[in-house]
Amino acid sequence: MSQTPTPETDPIPGRIHAVPVPRPGRWISAVVIGVLAAMAVNGLVTNDNYRWDVVGAYLFDTRVVQGVGWTLLLTFLAMAIAVLLAITLAIMRRSQNPVLRWTSWTYIWIFRGTPVYTQLVFWGLLSVLYPRLSVGVPFGPEFFSFDTADVITAFYAAVLGLALNEAAYLAEIVRAGLGSVDPGQSEAAKALGMSESKILRRVVLPQAMRVIVPPTGNETISLLKTTSLVLAVPFTLDLTFATNAIANRIFLPIPLLMVAAIWYLVITSILMVGQHYIERYYGKGFGSDGGTGRPGGGRRRAGRPSRQAAIRQSGTTTDDPFLDVTP
Amino acid sequence: MTTQPTTPDPAAATAPMVQIEGLHKLFGDLHVLRGVDLTVQPGAVSVILGPSGSGKSTLLRCINELEEIDAGSVEVAGERMGYREVTRRGRTRLHRLHPKVVARQRSRIGMVFQRFNLFPHRTALENVMEAPVQVRGDSRSTARARALELLDRVGLSDRADHYPAQLSGGQQQRVAIARALAMDPELMLFDEPTSALDPELVGEVLGVMQDLARSGMTMVVVTHEIGFAREVADQVVFMDEGVIVEQGAPEQVLVTPREQRTQDFLAHVL
Repeated sequence: MSQTPTPETDPIPGRIHAVPVPRPGRWISAVVIGVLAAMAVNGLVTNDNYRWDVVGAYLFDTRVVQGVGWTLLLTFLAMAIAVLLAITLAIMRRSQNPVLRWTSWTYIWIFRGTPVYTQLVFWGLLSVLYPRLSVGVPFGPEFFSFDTADVITAFYAAVLGLALNEAAYLAEIVRAGLGSVDPGQSEAAKALGMSESKILRRVVLPQAMRVIVPPTGNETISLLKTTSLVLAVPFTLDLTFATNAIANRIFLPIPLLMVAAIWYLVITSILMVGQHYIERYYGKGFGSDGGTGRPGGGRRRAGRPSRQAAIRQSGTTTDDPFLDVTP
Repeated sequence: MTTQPTTPDPAAATAPMVQIEGLHKLFGDLHVLRGVDLTVQPGAVSVILGPSGSGKSTLLRCINELEEIDAGSVEVAGERMGYREVTRRGRTRLHRLHPKVVARQRSRIGMVFQRFNLFPHRTALENVMEAPVQVRGDSRSTARARALELLDRVGLSDRADHYPAQLSGGQQQRVAIARALAMDPELMLFDEPTSALDPELVGEVLGVMQDLARSGMTMVVVTHEIGFAREVADQVVFMDEGVIVEQGAPEQVLVTPREQRTQDFLAHVL
Protein backbone atom coordinates (compact mmCIF):
# COMPACT_ATOMS: atom_id res chain seq x y z
CA MET A 1 0.00 0.00 0.00
CA SER A 2 0.95 3.66 -0.22
CA GLN A 3 3.18 5.41 2.30
CA THR A 4 1.43 6.95 5.23
CA PRO A 5 1.52 10.74 4.85
CA THR A 6 2.85 12.62 7.84
CA PRO A 7 0.12 14.24 9.94
CA GLU A 8 1.15 17.71 8.71
CA THR A 9 0.77 16.92 4.97
CA ASP A 10 -2.36 14.73 5.19
CA PRO A 11 -5.37 16.81 4.09
CA ILE A 12 -7.76 14.46 5.90
CA PRO A 13 -7.83 15.42 9.59
CA GLY A 14 -7.56 12.53 12.03
CA ARG A 15 -7.07 9.78 9.39
CA ILE A 16 -7.33 6.34 10.99
CA HIS A 17 -4.15 4.25 11.07
CA ALA A 18 -5.42 1.07 12.69
CA VAL A 19 -3.53 -2.18 13.23
CA PRO A 20 -4.97 -4.68 10.71
CA VAL A 21 -6.76 -7.85 11.78
CA PRO A 22 -4.16 -10.65 12.04
CA ARG A 23 -4.51 -13.19 9.22
CA PRO A 24 -2.59 -16.29 10.33
CA GLY A 25 -4.43 -18.40 7.71
CA ARG A 26 -2.45 -16.74 4.93
CA TRP A 27 0.88 -17.64 6.51
CA ILE A 28 -0.14 -21.20 7.31
CA SER A 29 -1.47 -21.84 3.80
CA ALA A 30 1.65 -20.29 2.26
CA VAL A 31 3.88 -22.63 4.24
CA VAL A 32 1.78 -25.75 3.47
CA ILE A 33 1.53 -25.02 -0.24
CA GLY A 34 5.22 -24.05 -0.37
CA VAL A 35 6.28 -27.39 1.13
CA LEU A 36 3.99 -29.38 -1.19
CA ALA A 37 5.26 -27.47 -4.24
CA ALA A 38 8.87 -28.03 -3.22
CA MET A 39 8.17 -31.76 -2.85
CA ALA A 40 6.56 -31.89 -6.31
CA VAL A 41 9.46 -30.05 -7.98
CA ASN A 42 11.98 -32.17 -6.12
CA GLY A 43 10.16 -35.30 -7.29
CA LEU A 44 10.23 -34.13 -10.90
CA VAL A 45 13.90 -33.12 -10.88
CA THR A 46 15.54 -35.88 -8.84
CA ASN A 47 13.59 -38.80 -10.30
CA ASP A 48 15.85 -40.16 -13.05
CA ASN A 49 12.95 -41.96 -14.72
CA TYR A 50 11.81 -38.65 -16.21
CA ARG A 51 15.06 -38.60 -18.23
CA TRP A 52 15.23 -34.79 -18.53
CA ASP A 53 18.32 -35.24 -20.72
CA VAL A 54 16.10 -36.99 -23.31
CA VAL A 55 13.44 -34.28 -22.94
CA GLY A 56 16.12 -31.66 -23.63
CA ALA A 57 17.45 -33.59 -26.61
CA TYR A 58 14.05 -33.95 -28.29
CA LEU A 59 12.34 -30.69 -27.29
CA PHE A 60 13.60 -28.96 -30.43
CA ASP A 61 13.90 -32.07 -32.60
CA THR A 62 12.93 -31.30 -36.21
CA ARG A 63 10.00 -33.78 -36.24
CA VAL A 64 8.69 -32.38 -32.94
CA VAL A 65 8.92 -28.75 -34.09
CA GLN A 66 7.26 -29.67 -37.40
CA GLY A 67 4.59 -31.46 -35.38
CA VAL A 68 4.00 -28.25 -33.44
CA GLY A 69 3.62 -26.43 -36.76
CA TRP A 70 1.08 -28.93 -38.11
CA THR A 71 -0.86 -28.90 -34.84
CA LEU A 72 -1.05 -25.11 -34.94
CA LEU A 73 -2.10 -25.16 -38.59
CA LEU A 74 -4.84 -27.72 -37.88
CA THR A 75 -6.07 -25.72 -34.90
CA PHE A 76 -6.21 -22.37 -36.67
CA LEU A 77 -7.71 -23.61 -39.94
CA ALA A 78 -10.31 -25.72 -38.16
CA MET A 79 -11.14 -22.88 -35.76
CA ALA A 80 -11.46 -20.31 -38.54
CA ILE A 81 -13.86 -22.51 -40.52
CA ALA A 82 -15.74 -23.43 -37.33
CA VAL A 83 -16.26 -19.79 -36.30
CA LEU A 84 -17.72 -18.82 -39.68
CA LEU A 85 -19.92 -21.91 -39.74
CA ALA A 86 -21.00 -21.40 -36.12
CA ILE A 87 -22.10 -17.79 -36.70
CA THR A 88 -24.09 -18.95 -39.71
CA LEU A 89 -25.68 -21.78 -37.71
CA ALA A 90 -26.53 -19.48 -34.79
CA ILE A 91 -28.16 -16.95 -37.10
CA MET A 92 -30.10 -19.77 -38.77
CA ARG A 93 -31.25 -20.90 -35.33
CA ARG A 94 -32.72 -17.42 -34.71
CA SER A 95 -34.16 -17.07 -38.18
CA GLN A 96 -37.85 -16.52 -38.94
CA ASN A 97 -37.51 -19.24 -41.55
CA PRO A 98 -38.51 -22.59 -39.97
CA VAL A 99 -36.53 -24.59 -42.55
CA LEU A 100 -33.29 -22.84 -41.60
CA ARG A 101 -34.05 -23.19 -37.89
CA TRP A 102 -34.68 -26.88 -38.27
CA THR A 103 -31.59 -27.43 -40.43
CA SER A 104 -29.37 -25.74 -37.85
CA TRP A 105 -30.92 -27.72 -35.01
CA THR A 106 -30.34 -31.02 -36.84
CA TYR A 107 -26.74 -30.14 -37.67
CA ILE A 108 -25.96 -29.36 -34.04
CA TRP A 109 -27.80 -32.49 -32.91
CA ILE A 110 -25.73 -34.77 -35.14
CA PHE A 111 -22.30 -33.17 -34.81
CA ARG A 112 -22.52 -32.59 -31.07
CA GLY A 113 -24.13 -35.94 -30.48
CA THR A 114 -21.48 -38.19 -32.01
CA PRO A 115 -17.86 -38.59 -30.82
CA VAL A 116 -15.30 -36.48 -32.63
CA TYR A 117 -13.13 -39.59 -33.02
CA THR A 118 -15.94 -41.32 -34.94
CA GLN A 119 -16.39 -38.26 -37.13
CA LEU A 120 -12.66 -38.11 -37.91
CA VAL A 121 -12.64 -41.79 -38.91
CA PHE A 122 -15.67 -41.11 -41.10
CA TRP A 123 -14.02 -38.21 -42.94
CA GLY A 124 -10.90 -40.35 -43.36
CA LEU A 125 -13.00 -43.08 -44.96
CA LEU A 126 -14.94 -40.66 -47.17
CA SER A 127 -12.93 -41.68 -50.22
CA VAL A 128 -13.87 -45.32 -49.58
CA LEU A 129 -17.55 -44.48 -49.17
CA TYR A 130 -17.69 -42.12 -52.14
CA PRO A 131 -14.72 -42.87 -54.43
CA ARG A 132 -15.73 -40.17 -56.91
CA LEU A 133 -17.30 -36.76 -56.33
CA SER A 134 -18.98 -34.88 -59.13
CA VAL A 135 -20.46 -31.46 -59.75
CA GLY A 136 -23.66 -31.25 -61.76
CA VAL A 137 -27.44 -30.96 -61.67
CA PRO A 138 -28.95 -33.09 -58.88
CA PHE A 139 -30.29 -36.31 -60.43
CA GLY A 140 -29.30 -34.83 -63.82
CA PRO A 141 -26.16 -34.49 -65.95
CA GLU A 142 -22.77 -33.97 -64.29
CA PHE A 143 -20.34 -31.28 -65.39
CA PHE A 144 -17.10 -32.72 -64.00
CA SER A 145 -15.98 -35.22 -61.43
CA PHE A 146 -12.83 -36.15 -59.53
CA ASP A 147 -11.39 -38.79 -57.26
CA THR A 148 -12.32 -38.10 -53.65
CA ALA A 149 -8.91 -39.21 -52.43
CA ASP A 150 -7.17 -36.55 -54.58
CA VAL A 151 -9.16 -33.67 -53.11
CA ILE A 152 -9.91 -34.77 -49.54
CA THR A 153 -6.39 -35.63 -48.43
CA ALA A 154 -5.72 -36.76 -44.88
CA PHE A 155 -4.90 -33.17 -43.91
CA TYR A 156 -8.12 -31.72 -45.31
CA ALA A 157 -10.13 -34.60 -43.86
CA ALA A 158 -8.62 -33.79 -40.46
CA VAL A 159 -9.33 -30.04 -40.76
CA LEU A 160 -12.86 -30.71 -42.01
CA GLY A 161 -13.60 -33.23 -39.29
CA LEU A 162 -12.36 -30.95 -36.50
CA ALA A 163 -14.06 -27.85 -37.93
CA LEU A 164 -17.48 -29.42 -38.47
CA ASN A 165 -17.48 -30.86 -34.96
CA GLU A 166 -16.26 -27.66 -33.36
CA ALA A 167 -18.83 -25.56 -35.24
CA ALA A 168 -21.67 -27.40 -33.50
CA TYR A 169 -20.35 -26.44 -30.07
CA LEU A 170 -19.45 -22.89 -31.07
CA ALA A 171 -22.90 -22.36 -32.62
CA GLU A 172 -24.46 -22.80 -29.19
CA ILE A 173 -21.98 -20.35 -27.69
CA VAL A 174 -22.74 -17.79 -30.40
CA ARG A 175 -26.48 -18.33 -29.91
CA ALA A 176 -26.13 -17.68 -26.18
CA GLY A 177 -24.08 -14.55 -26.99
CA LEU A 178 -26.66 -13.18 -29.42
CA GLY A 179 -29.38 -13.89 -26.87
CA SER A 180 -27.52 -11.97 -24.18
CA VAL A 181 -27.81 -8.62 -25.97
CA ASP A 182 -30.59 -6.38 -24.62
CA PRO A 183 -33.56 -6.48 -27.05
CA GLY A 184 -33.78 -2.69 -26.67
CA GLN A 185 -30.62 -2.52 -28.79
CA SER A 186 -32.20 -4.05 -31.88
CA GLU A 187 -35.32 -2.01 -31.24
CA ALA A 188 -33.39 1.24 -31.23
CA ALA A 189 -31.58 0.18 -34.40
CA LYS A 190 -34.89 -0.78 -36.03
CA ALA A 191 -36.39 2.58 -35.12
CA LEU A 192 -33.46 4.23 -36.92
CA GLY A 193 -34.38 2.28 -40.06
CA MET A 194 -31.51 -0.21 -40.03
CA SER A 195 -32.01 -3.49 -41.89
CA GLU A 196 -31.95 -6.84 -40.09
CA SER A 197 -28.50 -7.73 -41.43
CA LYS A 198 -27.05 -4.32 -40.47
CA ILE A 199 -28.55 -4.62 -36.99
CA LEU A 200 -26.89 -7.99 -36.58
CA ARG A 201 -23.50 -6.89 -37.91
CA ARG A 202 -23.26 -3.41 -36.43
CA VAL A 203 -25.22 -3.64 -33.19
CA VAL A 204 -25.91 -7.15 -31.90
CA LEU A 205 -22.84 -9.18 -32.88
CA PRO A 206 -20.23 -6.67 -31.59
CA GLN A 207 -21.96 -6.68 -28.19
CA ALA A 208 -22.46 -10.44 -28.22
CA MET A 209 -18.70 -10.87 -28.73
CA ARG A 210 -18.11 -9.92 -25.09
CA VAL A 211 -20.04 -13.02 -24.09
CA ILE A 212 -18.79 -15.18 -26.97
CA VAL A 213 -15.03 -14.65 -26.67
CA PRO A 214 -14.23 -16.23 -23.25
CA PRO A 215 -15.88 -19.62 -23.95
CA THR A 216 -14.48 -19.53 -27.50
CA GLY A 217 -11.00 -19.18 -26.02
CA ASN A 218 -11.80 -22.25 -23.99
CA GLU A 219 -12.93 -24.08 -27.14
CA THR A 220 -9.75 -23.07 -29.01
CA ILE A 221 -7.58 -24.52 -26.27
CA SER A 222 -9.73 -27.63 -26.20
CA LEU A 223 -9.47 -27.95 -29.99
CA LEU A 224 -5.69 -27.60 -29.80
CA LYS A 225 -5.57 -30.75 -27.72
CA THR A 226 -8.29 -32.51 -29.71
CA THR A 227 -5.96 -32.31 -32.72
CA SER A 228 -4.11 -35.21 -31.05
CA LEU A 229 -7.01 -37.40 -32.23
CA VAL A 230 -6.33 -36.83 -35.94
CA LEU A 231 -4.48 -40.13 -36.12
CA ALA A 232 -8.04 -41.48 -36.51
CA VAL A 233 -8.15 -40.03 -40.04
CA PRO A 234 -5.21 -41.04 -40.19
CA PHE A 235 -3.15 -37.85 -40.27
CA THR A 236 0.30 -38.56 -38.87
CA LEU A 237 2.29 -35.34 -38.65
CA ASP A 238 0.82 -33.62 -35.60
CA LEU A 239 2.64 -33.12 -32.31
CA THR A 240 1.18 -36.08 -30.40
CA PHE A 241 1.80 -38.51 -33.26
CA ALA A 242 5.35 -37.22 -33.77
CA THR A 243 6.31 -37.57 -30.09
CA ASN A 244 4.60 -40.97 -29.83
CA ALA A 245 6.48 -42.20 -32.89
CA ILE A 246 9.82 -41.17 -31.39
CA ALA A 247 8.86 -42.67 -28.01
CA ASN A 248 8.02 -46.01 -29.59
CA ARG A 249 11.31 -46.07 -31.46
CA ILE A 250 13.55 -45.32 -28.45
CA PHE A 251 11.35 -47.12 -25.89
CA LEU A 252 11.14 -44.00 -23.66
CA PRO A 253 7.47 -42.91 -23.49
CA ILE A 254 7.69 -40.66 -20.40
CA PRO A 255 10.23 -38.06 -21.62
CA LEU A 256 8.40 -37.66 -24.92
CA LEU A 257 5.08 -37.23 -23.17
CA MET A 258 6.80 -34.44 -21.25
CA VAL A 259 8.03 -32.92 -24.53
CA ALA A 260 4.48 -32.89 -25.92
CA ALA A 261 3.03 -31.58 -22.65
CA ILE A 262 5.55 -28.71 -22.54
CA TRP A 263 4.69 -27.68 -26.10
CA TYR A 264 0.92 -27.82 -25.52
CA LEU A 265 1.38 -25.74 -22.37
CA VAL A 266 3.46 -23.14 -24.24
CA ILE A 267 0.92 -22.83 -27.07
CA THR A 268 -1.98 -22.61 -24.61
CA SER A 269 -0.18 -19.83 -22.73
CA ILE A 270 0.25 -17.86 -25.97
CA LEU A 271 -3.43 -18.38 -26.84
CA MET A 272 -4.40 -17.07 -23.41
CA VAL A 273 -2.46 -13.86 -24.05
CA GLY A 274 -4.26 -13.48 -27.39
CA GLN A 275 -7.61 -14.05 -25.71
CA HIS A 276 -6.85 -11.34 -23.17
CA TYR A 277 -6.34 -8.75 -25.93
CA ILE A 278 -9.42 -9.84 -27.87
CA GLU A 279 -11.50 -9.55 -24.70
CA ARG A 280 -10.13 -6.09 -24.10
CA TYR A 281 -11.00 -5.04 -27.66
CA TYR A 282 -14.63 -6.14 -27.37
CA GLY A 283 -14.88 -4.71 -23.86
CA LYS A 284 -14.80 -1.18 -25.33
CA GLY A 285 -17.43 1.00 -23.70
CA PHE A 286 -18.06 -1.54 -20.93
CA GLY A 287 -15.58 -0.19 -18.38
CA SER A 288 -11.81 0.06 -18.64
CA ASP A 289 -11.08 -3.58 -17.88
CA GLY A 290 -13.58 -5.01 -20.34
CA GLY A 291 -14.09 -8.28 -18.56
CA THR A 292 -15.84 -7.18 -15.42
CA GLY A 293 -17.67 -4.15 -16.82
CA ARG A 294 -21.38 -4.16 -16.34
CA PRO A 295 -23.38 -2.92 -19.30
CA GLY A 296 -26.66 -2.46 -17.47
CA GLY A 297 -25.73 -1.11 -14.10
CA GLY A 298 -23.38 1.70 -14.97
CA ARG A 299 -25.70 3.14 -17.54
CA ARG A 300 -28.27 4.82 -15.42
CA ARG A 301 -26.59 7.15 -13.07
CA ALA A 302 -24.34 10.16 -13.23
CA GLY A 303 -20.65 9.48 -13.49
CA ARG A 304 -20.98 6.22 -11.56
CA PRO A 305 -18.68 3.95 -13.58
CA SER A 306 -15.47 5.83 -12.82
CA ARG A 307 -16.52 6.40 -9.23
CA GLN A 308 -17.42 2.76 -8.96
CA ALA A 309 -14.02 1.77 -10.38
CA ALA A 310 -12.29 3.95 -7.78
CA ILE A 311 -14.40 2.45 -5.02
CA ARG A 312 -13.52 -1.10 -6.12
CA GLN A 313 -9.86 -0.16 -6.58
CA SER A 314 -9.57 0.94 -2.97
CA GLY A 315 -10.50 -2.58 -1.90
CA THR A 316 -12.22 -1.39 1.26
CA THR A 317 -15.66 -2.67 0.29
CA THR A 318 -16.99 -6.18 -0.27
CA ASP A 319 -15.60 -7.65 -3.47
CA ASP A 320 -18.97 -8.27 -5.09
CA PRO A 321 -19.18 -7.16 -8.73
CA PHE A 322 -22.95 -6.84 -8.47
CA LEU A 323 -22.85 -4.52 -5.53
CA ASP A 324 -23.15 -0.79 -6.18
CA VAL A 325 -21.54 1.07 -3.33
CA THR A 326 -22.54 4.67 -2.91
CA PRO A 327 -20.65 6.45 -0.16
CA MET B 1 -30.81 24.69 -38.02
CA THR B 2 -34.23 23.25 -38.51
CA THR B 3 -35.28 19.73 -39.21
CA GLN B 4 -38.81 20.81 -39.96
CA PRO B 5 -39.89 24.09 -41.57
CA THR B 6 -41.62 26.21 -38.95
CA THR B 7 -44.17 27.39 -41.48
CA PRO B 8 -45.36 24.33 -43.40
CA ASP B 9 -46.69 25.00 -46.88
CA PRO B 10 -50.50 25.34 -47.05
CA ALA B 11 -51.03 22.01 -48.80
CA ALA B 12 -49.14 20.07 -46.13
CA ALA B 13 -50.84 21.99 -43.34
CA THR B 14 -54.17 20.46 -44.23
CA ALA B 15 -52.83 16.87 -44.28
CA PRO B 16 -52.27 15.38 -40.83
CA MET B 17 -48.80 14.06 -39.93
CA VAL B 18 -50.25 11.05 -38.11
CA GLN B 19 -53.66 9.58 -38.77
CA ILE B 20 -54.68 6.54 -36.76
CA GLU B 21 -58.05 4.90 -37.36
CA GLY B 22 -59.73 2.01 -35.57
CA LEU B 23 -56.45 0.64 -34.22
CA HIS B 24 -56.55 -2.65 -32.34
CA LYS B 25 -53.57 -4.47 -30.90
CA LEU B 26 -53.52 -7.80 -29.09
CA PHE B 27 -50.67 -9.59 -27.37
CA GLY B 28 -51.98 -13.14 -27.47
CA ASP B 29 -55.31 -12.91 -25.63
CA LEU B 30 -54.49 -9.56 -24.08
CA HIS B 31 -56.45 -6.84 -25.86
CA VAL B 32 -54.17 -3.83 -25.34
CA LEU B 33 -55.57 -1.30 -27.81
CA ARG B 34 -59.33 -1.40 -28.36
CA GLY B 35 -60.08 0.88 -31.27
CA VAL B 36 -57.95 3.99 -31.14
CA ASP B 37 -58.46 7.01 -33.42
CA LEU B 38 -55.91 9.79 -33.26
CA THR B 39 -54.87 12.66 -35.49
CA VAL B 40 -51.68 14.65 -35.07
CA GLN B 41 -51.22 17.84 -37.11
CA PRO B 42 -47.79 18.74 -38.53
CA GLY B 43 -45.75 20.79 -36.07
CA ALA B 44 -48.04 19.87 -33.18
CA VAL B 45 -46.96 18.33 -29.88
CA SER B 46 -49.29 15.63 -28.59
CA VAL B 47 -48.83 14.36 -25.07
CA ILE B 48 -50.35 11.00 -24.18
CA LEU B 49 -51.18 10.52 -20.51
CA GLY B 50 -52.69 7.60 -18.69
CA PRO B 51 -52.15 5.01 -15.97
CA SER B 52 -49.62 2.25 -16.59
CA GLY B 53 -51.05 -0.58 -18.66
CA SER B 54 -53.40 1.78 -20.49
CA GLY B 55 -51.69 1.12 -23.85
CA LYS B 56 -49.83 4.45 -24.25
CA SER B 57 -46.47 2.92 -25.12
CA THR B 58 -48.04 0.29 -27.34
CA LEU B 59 -49.84 3.00 -29.29
CA LEU B 60 -46.55 4.81 -29.77
CA ARG B 61 -44.80 1.62 -30.89
CA CYS B 62 -47.57 0.94 -33.40
CA ILE B 63 -46.91 4.29 -35.06
CA ASN B 64 -43.40 3.25 -36.18
CA GLU B 65 -44.20 -0.42 -36.73
CA LEU B 66 -42.26 -1.77 -33.77
CA GLU B 67 -45.50 -3.64 -33.10
CA GLU B 68 -47.54 -5.28 -35.84
CA ILE B 69 -51.13 -4.03 -35.61
CA ASP B 70 -54.15 -6.36 -35.62
CA ALA B 71 -56.81 -4.04 -37.04
CA GLY B 72 -57.17 -0.49 -38.28
CA SER B 73 -54.65 1.71 -40.01
CA VAL B 74 -51.74 3.97 -39.19
CA GLU B 75 -50.73 6.65 -41.66
CA VAL B 76 -47.68 8.85 -41.27
CA ALA B 77 -47.32 11.83 -43.62
CA GLY B 78 -50.01 10.36 -45.83
CA GLU B 79 -48.29 6.99 -46.19
CA ARG B 80 -49.82 3.85 -44.72
CA MET B 81 -47.40 2.09 -42.37
CA GLY B 82 -46.58 -1.56 -42.90
CA TYR B 83 -49.19 -2.49 -45.50
CA ARG B 84 -50.37 -1.61 -48.95
CA GLU B 85 -53.73 -2.23 -50.55
CA VAL B 86 -53.70 -4.37 -53.66
CA THR B 87 -56.84 -4.79 -55.78
CA ARG B 88 -56.87 -7.86 -57.96
CA ARG B 89 -59.97 -9.05 -59.85
CA GLY B 90 -62.14 -6.60 -57.99
CA ARG B 91 -60.96 -7.88 -54.61
CA THR B 92 -58.92 -5.63 -52.34
CA ARG B 93 -56.48 -7.20 -49.90
CA LEU B 94 -53.74 -5.86 -47.67
CA HIS B 95 -50.21 -6.96 -48.50
CA ARG B 96 -47.48 -6.78 -45.88
CA LEU B 97 -44.69 -4.46 -47.02
CA HIS B 98 -41.18 -5.84 -47.53
CA PRO B 99 -38.92 -5.31 -44.47
CA LYS B 100 -36.74 -2.96 -46.54
CA VAL B 101 -39.73 -0.70 -47.19
CA VAL B 102 -40.76 -0.83 -43.54
CA ALA B 103 -37.19 0.12 -42.59
CA ARG B 104 -37.38 3.13 -44.93
CA GLN B 105 -40.70 4.17 -43.40
CA ARG B 106 -39.19 3.90 -39.92
CA SER B 107 -36.14 5.93 -40.89
CA ARG B 108 -38.42 8.99 -41.26
CA ILE B 109 -39.65 8.65 -37.68
CA GLY B 110 -37.32 9.29 -34.76
CA MET B 111 -37.85 7.44 -31.51
CA VAL B 112 -36.55 8.04 -28.00
CA PHE B 113 -36.84 5.24 -25.46
CA GLN B 114 -37.33 5.17 -21.72
CA ARG B 115 -34.10 3.17 -21.26
CA PHE B 116 -32.16 5.30 -23.85
CA ASN B 117 -30.93 2.19 -25.71
CA LEU B 118 -27.73 3.87 -26.84
CA PHE B 119 -25.23 1.49 -28.44
CA PRO B 120 -22.85 0.90 -25.51
CA HIS B 121 -19.91 -0.14 -27.72
CA ARG B 122 -19.89 3.17 -29.58
CA THR B 123 -19.10 6.70 -28.41
CA ALA B 124 -21.74 9.42 -28.28
CA LEU B 125 -20.53 10.74 -31.64
CA GLU B 126 -20.54 7.26 -33.22
CA ASN B 127 -24.04 6.65 -31.89
CA VAL B 128 -25.30 9.76 -33.66
CA MET B 129 -23.36 8.98 -36.87
CA GLU B 130 -24.49 5.35 -37.09
CA ALA B 131 -27.82 5.72 -38.91
CA PRO B 132 -26.84 8.47 -41.38
CA VAL B 133 -23.81 6.43 -42.47
CA GLN B 134 -25.33 2.94 -42.35
CA VAL B 135 -28.90 3.68 -43.44
CA ARG B 136 -28.77 6.78 -45.59
CA GLY B 137 -25.26 6.22 -46.91
CA ASP B 138 -23.86 9.62 -45.90
CA SER B 139 -20.09 9.98 -46.05
CA ARG B 140 -18.38 9.74 -42.68
CA SER B 141 -17.21 13.36 -42.83
CA THR B 142 -20.69 14.70 -43.60
CA ALA B 143 -22.24 12.56 -40.88
CA ARG B 144 -19.55 13.58 -38.42
CA ALA B 145 -20.06 17.29 -39.01
CA ARG B 146 -23.81 16.94 -38.66
CA ALA B 147 -23.48 14.73 -35.55
CA LEU B 148 -21.26 17.31 -33.85
CA GLU B 149 -23.84 19.99 -34.73
CA LEU B 150 -26.61 17.90 -33.16
CA LEU B 151 -24.57 17.11 -30.05
CA ASP B 152 -23.95 20.83 -29.71
CA ARG B 153 -27.67 21.45 -30.03
CA VAL B 154 -28.38 19.12 -27.08
CA GLY B 155 -25.49 20.72 -25.19
CA LEU B 156 -23.07 17.80 -25.31
CA SER B 157 -20.38 18.76 -27.81
CA ASP B 158 -17.76 18.24 -25.08
CA ARG B 159 -18.95 14.65 -24.52
CA ALA B 160 -18.67 13.48 -28.14
CA ASP B 161 -15.93 10.92 -27.43
CA HIS B 162 -17.48 9.50 -24.26
CA TYR B 163 -18.99 6.04 -24.21
CA PRO B 164 -22.59 5.84 -22.93
CA ALA B 165 -21.41 4.21 -19.68
CA GLN B 166 -19.36 7.35 -18.99
CA LEU B 167 -22.39 9.64 -19.28
CA SER B 168 -25.16 10.44 -16.81
CA GLY B 169 -28.69 9.30 -17.59
CA GLY B 170 -29.76 12.78 -18.65
CA GLN B 171 -26.75 13.08 -20.94
CA GLN B 172 -27.44 9.65 -22.43
CA GLN B 173 -31.03 10.59 -23.16
CA ARG B 174 -29.90 13.81 -24.83
CA VAL B 175 -27.48 11.80 -27.01
CA ALA B 176 -30.40 9.49 -27.84
CA ILE B 177 -32.44 12.52 -28.96
CA ALA B 178 -29.53 13.71 -31.12
CA ARG B 179 -29.23 10.19 -32.58
CA ALA B 180 -32.91 10.21 -33.55
CA LEU B 181 -32.64 13.71 -35.04
CA ALA B 182 -29.68 12.70 -37.19
CA MET B 183 -32.01 11.01 -39.67
CA ASP B 184 -33.92 14.30 -40.13
CA PRO B 185 -37.24 12.76 -39.05
CA GLU B 186 -40.59 14.30 -39.88
CA LEU B 187 -41.98 12.98 -36.61
CA MET B 188 -40.46 12.26 -33.20
CA LEU B 189 -41.83 9.70 -30.78
CA PHE B 190 -40.89 9.85 -27.08
CA ASP B 191 -41.64 6.82 -24.93
CA GLU B 192 -41.48 7.99 -21.30
CA PRO B 193 -38.16 9.74 -21.96
CA THR B 194 -37.65 10.91 -18.37
CA SER B 195 -39.02 7.96 -16.38
CA ALA B 196 -35.63 6.28 -15.89
CA LEU B 197 -33.89 9.49 -14.78
CA ASP B 198 -32.95 10.77 -11.37
CA PRO B 199 -35.24 13.70 -10.50
CA GLU B 200 -32.47 16.31 -10.82
CA LEU B 201 -31.74 15.17 -14.41
CA VAL B 202 -35.30 15.33 -15.75
CA GLY B 203 -35.15 19.06 -16.43
CA GLU B 204 -32.25 18.94 -18.89
CA VAL B 205 -34.05 16.39 -21.08
CA LEU B 206 -37.37 18.25 -20.96
CA GLY B 207 -35.49 21.44 -21.88
CA VAL B 208 -34.11 19.85 -25.04
CA MET B 209 -37.58 18.54 -25.92
CA GLN B 210 -39.08 21.98 -25.38
CA ASP B 211 -36.51 23.54 -27.75
CA LEU B 212 -37.33 20.87 -30.28
CA ALA B 213 -41.05 21.60 -30.01
CA ARG B 214 -40.35 25.30 -30.53
CA SER B 215 -38.41 24.54 -33.69
CA GLY B 216 -41.62 23.13 -35.15
CA MET B 217 -41.00 19.40 -34.83
CA THR B 218 -44.08 17.18 -34.78
CA MET B 219 -43.89 15.21 -31.54
CA VAL B 220 -45.87 12.47 -29.85
CA VAL B 221 -44.82 12.17 -26.22
CA VAL B 222 -45.82 9.51 -23.71
CA THR B 223 -44.96 10.89 -20.29
CA HIS B 224 -46.01 11.35 -16.70
CA GLU B 225 -44.71 14.94 -16.64
CA ILE B 226 -47.95 16.88 -16.31
CA GLY B 227 -46.02 20.15 -16.20
CA PHE B 228 -44.47 19.45 -19.58
CA ALA B 229 -47.92 18.62 -20.98
CA ARG B 230 -49.34 21.86 -19.70
CA GLU B 231 -46.54 24.06 -21.04
CA VAL B 232 -45.58 22.43 -24.33
CA ALA B 233 -48.48 20.33 -25.59
CA ASP B 234 -50.86 21.47 -28.28
CA GLN B 235 -53.02 18.44 -27.63
CA VAL B 236 -53.34 16.22 -24.57
CA VAL B 237 -54.66 12.70 -24.96
CA PHE B 238 -55.81 10.71 -21.94
CA MET B 239 -55.88 6.95 -22.37
CA ASP B 240 -57.23 4.22 -20.14
CA GLU B 241 -57.75 0.50 -20.75
CA GLY B 242 -56.81 0.65 -24.40
CA VAL B 243 -59.04 3.50 -25.50
CA ILE B 244 -58.75 7.28 -25.70
CA VAL B 245 -61.00 8.56 -22.93
CA GLU B 246 -60.57 12.22 -23.62
CA GLN B 247 -58.48 14.51 -25.78
CA GLY B 248 -58.20 18.21 -26.37
CA ALA B 249 -56.26 21.34 -25.51
CA PRO B 250 -54.13 21.06 -22.34
CA GLU B 251 -56.20 23.64 -20.44
CA GLN B 252 -59.33 21.69 -21.16
CA VAL B 253 -58.10 18.13 -20.41
CA LEU B 254 -55.82 19.02 -17.50
CA VAL B 255 -57.84 21.79 -15.85
CA THR B 256 -61.48 21.04 -16.63
CA PRO B 257 -61.63 17.37 -17.58
CA ARG B 258 -65.07 16.15 -18.61
CA GLU B 259 -64.60 12.45 -17.90
CA GLN B 260 -64.62 10.94 -14.42
CA ARG B 261 -61.66 8.66 -15.25
CA THR B 262 -59.54 11.63 -16.30
CA GLN B 263 -60.44 13.47 -13.10
CA ASP B 264 -59.49 10.45 -10.98
CA PHE B 265 -56.14 10.05 -12.76
CA LEU B 266 -55.24 13.73 -12.43
CA ALA B 267 -56.25 13.72 -8.76
CA HIS B 268 -53.73 10.89 -8.30
CA VAL B 269 -50.75 12.43 -10.09
CA LEU B 270 -51.16 16.12 -9.29
